[in-house]
Amino acid sequence: MDFDKTNDKDMQISIGPQHPALKEPTSFSLALRGEKIEAIQVKIGYNHRGIEKGCESRTYIQDMYLLERICGICSHAHSTAYVQAVETIAGLQVPRRALYLRVLIGELERIHSHLLWLGVAGHEIGFDTLLMYTWRDREAIMDLLAELTGNRVNYGINTIGGVRRDLTKEEGERIVKIIDHLAEQTKYYIQLAQEEVTLIQRLSGVGKLPREDALRLGAVGPTARASSITFDVRKDDPYAAYGELDFKAVSADQADVYGRTIVRLGELMEAYSLIKQVVKNLPDGPIAVRAPRKIPAGEALSRYEAPRGEDVHYVKSNGTENPERVKVRAPTLANTQAIAKMLEDRYLADLPIVVAAIDPCFSCTDRAIEVEGRGLMSWEKLRRYSIDWYRAQGVDFRNVKRVI
Amino acid sequence: MAKKFFIRPGAMIALVLKTLFQKPATVDYPNKPLPMPEHFRGKLDFMPEKCIGCLLCMKDCPTDAIEIKKLGDKKFEMDIDLGKCIYCGQCVDSCLKKALAITPNFELAQFSHDKLRVVFNAAGSPDGTDQKA
Amino acid sequence: MLSALFNILIFPGLFFLSFLGTTAEYIDRKLYARFQNRVGPPWFQPVADLIKLFAKSEVIPEEADPVMFRVVPLVALAATVTAFLYIPIWGTEALYYFKGDLIVIIYLLTLPTFTFFLGGWYSRSLYATIGAIRSVTQLFAYEIPLLLAVLAPALLANTWSLSEMTEYYTVHPWYWLFNLVGFGVALIALLGKLERVPFDSPEAETEIVAGSFTEYSGRFLGWFRWAIDVEAVVGASLLAAVFLPFGLSLWPPLVFGLYLLKILFILCLLTLARTVMARLRIDQMIDFCWRILAPVAFFQLIFDLIIKELIL
Repeated sequence: MDFDKTNDKDMQISIGPQHPALKEPTSFSLALRGEKIEAIQVKIGYNHRGIEKGCESRTYIQDMYLLERICGICSHAHSTAYVQAVETIAGLQVPRRALYLRVLIGELERIHSHLLWLGVAGHEIGFDTLLMYTWRDREAIMDLLAELTGNRVNYGINTIGGVRRDLTKEEGERIVKIIDHLAEQTKYYIQLAQEEVTLIQRLSGVGKLPREDALRLGAVGPTARASSITFDVRKDDPYAAYGELDFKAVSADQADVYGRTIVRLGELMEAYSLIKQVVKNLPDGPIAVRAPRKIPAGEALSRYEAPRGEDVHYVKSNGTENPERVKVRAPTLANTQAIAKMLEDRYLADLPIVVAAIDPCFSCTDRAIEVEGRGLMSWEKLRRYSIDWYRAQGVDFRNVKRVI
Repeated sequence: MAKKFFIRPGAMIALVLKTLFQKPATVDYPNKPLPMPEHFRGKLDFMPEKCIGCLLCMKDCPTDAIEIKKLGDKKFEMDIDLGKCIYCGQCVDSCLKKALAITPNFELAQFSHDKLRVVFNAAGSPDGTDQKA
Repeated sequence: MLSALFNILIFPGLFFLSFLGTTAEYIDRKLYARFQNRVGPPWFQPVADLIKLFAKSEVIPEEADPVMFRVVPLVALAATVTAFLYIPIWGTEALYYFKGDLIVIIYLLTLPTFTFFLGGWYSRSLYATIGAIRSVTQLFAYEIPLLLAVLAPALLANTWSLSEMTEYYTVHPWYWLFNLVGFGVALIALLGKLERVPFDSPEAETEIVAGSFTEYSGRFLGWFRWAIDVEAVVGASLLAAVFLPFGLSLWPPLVFGLYLLKILFILCLLTLARTVMARLRIDQMIDFCWRILAPVAFFQLIFDLIIKELIL
């Protein structure tokens, strides 16, 4: 039902922009009849950071670090997607060893993202024990990433033309040891997901997204794969070293939150096997080629299978040191459309877990802000408008001293 | 999977009871030191004697945190704002003469913004903690 | 008069009960943390939390009913403390008793849930309203199984007085074993009464912020927290008196120690239950209570009747 057409009998309640169920600001306006959701309106756009515009005034190298900070969880996804696009334009031949190392970090990131998700999902349905256990296990991966790349989240492993750090043999052995331990833990969680009745009750049949709807609404990643769409960029449009590695795109046919849980748990197991393959088959050679500072004119689109789904970066260059345009489509944007469909005829209590099940990353998603009823605005006009808007709120930037 | 599953409430009971007798996973961090790995990207280190003043680090810094000042002939000092620095380590990669290095020191919180500005120069203390007067 | 005041305020009344209540909260939180491989709070944390709440200024929403908003938390505390006076905890005799006090105890223990409802309702906040409605919906689900489960041992003892019941079970020391199924039912119902996982949908944090208590702060939230702590102990004591009435004719200090062990056991079971389960939706909770819990409680009742008529 349309949100505007709800009547007085319904209780209108807003979840967000600030709410315990949400880790980032976004807004859901609900019309409730009792516990049942009659209509829902999703609003995004609370966290626009002007990253795309910021890219245009920075060099290609600086953009790498800016784009890495789009997301705190899938930072490697954004940085790799961007770097791949730039390398394509510049026609760089990235060494095989570098591609393997990108896969390694990418899969480690997938593990920590999916373990984080499992904990968040547990918390949303009041199963805090699961949260504590998975986040404890996740720490091992975070420490490992700090050791391999130099930081726990914004790894900074990529550079245009390759990677910045090499992997030693001892580090490879350590990785395998930790992965083996995590594989044991994950097997337990898979068993738990199939045995714990309260978990099944809360996840099964909730947030149904049939295959046709998933296709129509353009869902990506585990959300789509749980609706038996076996699409995985790693498989269907291989990048880095995925073409040479053996893995399968995990999918499920439940088309609900339970299916999404199973898909993510399955992907964890696949990631463990991928990492072991990478460590075993790591080719010798250099880890990077020299990249020019000025990228020749051209454009490229790069796809990356982030833990949340397909991440798309578009880069257009004009022969200078700065890109002319960088466009980012984070996976959450594709999945946001499906939330309203998933919550049709569901209960208020299902909202947190259904929203969590797409593994939302709303801050990463917010690319554009719409100023209602003003149509297209030029950059100058928009800038003027924002200054006036803030002045009306009592914030005058003329008096704000630039913080050192 | 061939394994039979027994759907029941409280499937985790055995594990939580076992955990009760294990040591907590919590790290008592500020009370006990928590060293970062050797190659962790923390605070920068600057070796003035190696610097040739090419300013590549300034150029590549994503956040304009670095400023290299010429003091005299072949003498340079680096002024870095730790509040702006994002600890990406790009300047270290860009430096042709290896005059920059990263240290695993990550405990850099200060009560005052001024104290986040660190100046490394030839006269400064070797660990580079010299503060601007 | 003075001894009555002592009983009500100091021992076994408010003061002693608050001590037990905060200790119970500590045990619950510590155990919960250790189950989850965490460290958990220090021993004084529940008391410190209460002191902090009482020291803070309270915000009363403009829309809220000022009188009800203030009074309701106190009613919750008073009701739970009063109920305790009728429960024989060490020995076979409660402080005060009369014929039919069992019904009064159950009634008094229902009051806190009603105060949650009233507090939430008169807050006028949307989250609080939903929480309030869930509280009272849940009340109808767990209260019947709880009543039926407590009724079964009473039927066996042929009395409506808790003190007479414990006396009966002291005379017939092993008869309490007949009621173990009822104990399980009552334990699950108690989870609902205390609004703990899996039955904590009235205050589900990720859905409705804090349910009925969303608008409560400072002193008034403190009263509520205090009442919930006390309610846990009173609930556990009721279950201990009804379902675990053994060892009551021993040396009195030993009986007292045994009583503490009994409620510790019950509290640990409650903590374990909330550790290993996810929160059920309110419709699932009601479904479970009516389809499974109530029939099981009925079965216990009929079982006791058959035993009483045919065997004893």
